[in-house]
Amino acid sequence: MSKLVRTIGWLLYGPIIIFGFYIIMHGHITPGGGFQGGAVVASGFALLIVAYGAKGAGLKERLFSVVESGGALIFVGLAFLGLGATFFYNFLAAGGGVIFNEFVPQGPNPGDLNTAGTLPLMNWAVGLKVLAGLGSIVLLLALFPQEEGE
Amino acid sequence: MRIIGFVAFLVIAAFLLVVPAGMRPFGEPRLWEMDRYFLEHAQEELAANNVCTAIVFDYRGYDTLGEATVLFTAVVAVAAILRRLKEKEIEGGEPPHV
Repeated sequence: MSKLVRTIGWLLYGPIIIFGFYIIMHGHITPGGGFQGGAVVASGFALLIVAYGAKGAGLKERLFSVVESGGALIFVGLAFLGLGATFFYNFLAAGGGVIFNEFVPQGPNPGDLNTAGTLPLMNWAVGLKVLAGLGSIVLLLALFPQEEGE
Repeated sequence: MRIIGFVAFLVIAAFLLVVPAGMRPFGEPRLWEMDRYFLEHAQEELAANNVCTAIVFDYRGYDTLGEATVLFTAVVAVAAILRRLKEKEIEGGEPPHV
């Protein structure tokens, strides 16, 4: 792509990634969550691929594969950890664990990041899984026609 | 053939026009017990302000697990179609020994 597109892509890539991770991190307080934030981060990868080409973007299929499998394993592992009560039991919430264990008052309140137990951890797991999955789809689609032409 | 299409159009149009007339007003669903439970207990049981996230990742975690599986299957399908094949893999090797 032209120098203009490359420069704007270079400028916008960081803010897009940070905004996506912000959506993942605040999934249990504000609208959004793992799926939505992961899609935003993957759109940042797509911008990078459009601007610099599939090879020049510096994205690694191998890393995407590891991150996606890791996210899925963390998600299922957290679900299994609640198996003392039921599958998907939230064993960390409301004073049950060491992290994300604060209580919230009933009704409207300003919100606290350190609440909701396993929900933020599952948001992170699903977010990593979605950003790696969509990123690898975009990367594979971008890599495909180039090899036909060679 | 054209008459059948016209009749089908009339039936579907009548259906789409009649059904909204019988809809309940906004905010008064017929089955409300479960909605009420989620809204009243999410903050107390899960300490979650965002009731949507509480439903998606806790009350209906199985659903999200299935969604993640769908995404994984989509990625696997794209990777299987668009991967780079070696010469040997395109021609096909010997069948596996069973």
